[in-house]
Amino acid sequence: MSDLLVIAEKRGSEIHSSTFELLGKARELSMKRPLTVSVVILSDKSVEEDSSSSLFSGGADRIILAVDGSFKRFNFEPYTKTLAAIVRKLSPEIVLAPATTSGRTFMPGLAALLKTGLTADCTGLDIEEGTGNLLQTRPAIGGNIMATIKTPNHRPQMATVRPKTFSPLKEAYQSKCELVHFDVTPDLTQTAAKLIEFHPIGEGQKGVQDAEVIIAGGMGLRKVENMEPVYRLSKLINGTVGASRKIVDSKWVGHEAQVGLSGHTVKPKIYIAAGISGAVQHIAGMQTAEFIVAINRDRNAAIFNFADIGLVGDAVEILNELAESLESEVKK
Amino acid sequence: MKILVLLKQVPDTDEVKLNPETGTMIREGVGTVINPLDLHALETALRLKEAGDHSITVVSMGPPVAEEAVREAIAMGADRAVLLTDRRFAGADTWATAMALARFAEREGPFDLILAGEKATDGETGQVGPETGAMLGIPVATYVSSIVDLEDNGITVEREVEDGKEIWNLPLPSLISVTKDVNEPRLPTLSGKKLAKDAPIERIGNDSLAMDPSETGLTGSPTRVVRIGTPKLSRKVEMYEGSDLKHGIDEIKKRLLPYLVVNHE
Repeated sequence: MSDLLVIAEKRGSEIHSSTFELLGKARELSMKRPLTVSVVILSDKSVEEDSSSSLFSGGADRIILAVDGSFKRFNFEPYTKTLAAIVRKLSPEIVLAPATTSGRTFMPGLAALLKTGLTADCTGLDIEEGTGNLLQTRPAIGGNIMATIKTPNHRPQMATVRPKTFSPLKEAYQSKCELVHFDVTPDLTQTAAKLIEFHPIGEGQKGVQDAEVIIAGGMGLRKVENMEPVYRLSKLINGTVGASRKIVDSKWVGHEAQVGLSGHTVKPKIYIAAGISGAVQHIAGMQTAEFIVAINRDRNAAIFNFADIGLVGDAVEILNELAESLESEVKK
Repeated sequence: MKILVLLKQVPDTDEVKLNPETGTMIREGVGTVINPLDLHALETALRLKEAGDHSITVVSMGPPVAEEAVREAIAMGADRAVLLTDRRFAGADTWATAMALARFAEREGPFDLILAGEKATDGETGQVGPETGAMLGIPVATYVSSIVDLEDNGITVEREVEDGKEIWNLPLPSLISVTKDVNEPRLPTLSGKKLAKDAPIERIGNDSLAMDPSETGLTGSPTRVVRIGTPKLSRKVEMYEGSDLKHGIDEIKKRLLPYLVVNHE
């Protein structure tokens, strides 16, 4: 059976959620053509028992573990050379990795070494009928179009996927739980690049990427003062404030709140777009939200095409009315 | 020290023109500018040059019309501008583009430091920089938000990543891709523009780079565009307006109630 490799994303010693999202997608692809799904972990120490069992139940048939001191944090040469050696040994059909700062760096390096194609930031992956090729769909040219790309004659077929694009498995996978150790030889980890310092950022409030409810503001709010009802509502429901690119450029809010192609891709349970017209770049960042509410004065605004509920009216008035109504519930 | 800056020219219009057969962008006939994110890489080079004895070469791959974009780099202060242009380069994906850039860097090098922008505003892949670095077999640092120090035998940079900031020391040669936080690019001066107007732009084709046809242009590109579509609409919206608005607000309220923060005072 051919192999599909998912390169695991680590945060400290934890396996990041994006890895489980890719495993979920990998299992879906394996229904269309038989694939052995392996997750590759490069780590400075062995994986914890509960990490490995969650990866197995998350969809991995096999864990390939490569342990070396140089894998403590992402480092270009050791990562690309070791991954290239693993790929050459297994000859997988498909290699997937999250489109994070590290994934977006080692995957191009790996593709260059292996002389194969790589598609960045995919929002859709599928198997082509007949050929079994991987169909990789991504927004292109500012999200104005969706391009479907394949790598017909080179192997492996490689793609990065933004976190929060796919869903992890809902039910535990019945895995064979195979754990394979890959022997990391010294030539693979040789590099003169040295990490001198690392300054972690504090565990502050939830970023938009991990938020369950996002209330996002756009230029339709007209002025920065009108962000007030956005904050009011978000406080009431422990939501997170999101933003369109325009209001970030106008410095109403910081870049960390920006949703869209040049900001974050989000996948909350509820997304409220207040005064956002729905530029394709924005849509590309929030269309996988479970439930989308759009509020806009222009009933022809593009955002309504992507919403589950659409309210035509003034966003400030509607948000305030909604907040008042919810406040009365608190007092009850 | 020899510094090489990788530049991409991008269309200066939002108009999307695609070749319906290959699905690749038609670049002819569309005005081009330097990819805005690459200006930060050029500015990084210019600031390093101000502090030391360095020469700056900029290189771009594209059709002849891209000459105007590299000319602007001369106006900003680059010493030498090269355009890799050849019909045989057309249709290159990131792999084949990186291959041409790496071949150029080998041929004209060695360069001590190669700088690139985070990604291009049209393709938005950010792949060409790291691919070029891997092909040259040199260390790569991406998402560089600050240059801490450049010395004869190495460069110290700050990387901004999801969980914090890293300080790296890289040997030379290395490839670094910078984010827009690294600096604020300058505007070309009037005298720079005058200088650039008549400055020679070197054109290099595959007769010089001597790449195998299997590694060049569309033929040398592992990826193929299968189809181009418009983003799909997958939702059926329930609209509320006018006197119905109240019902719409109630619908949203119902959805939000489970998240309501209740104070237990």
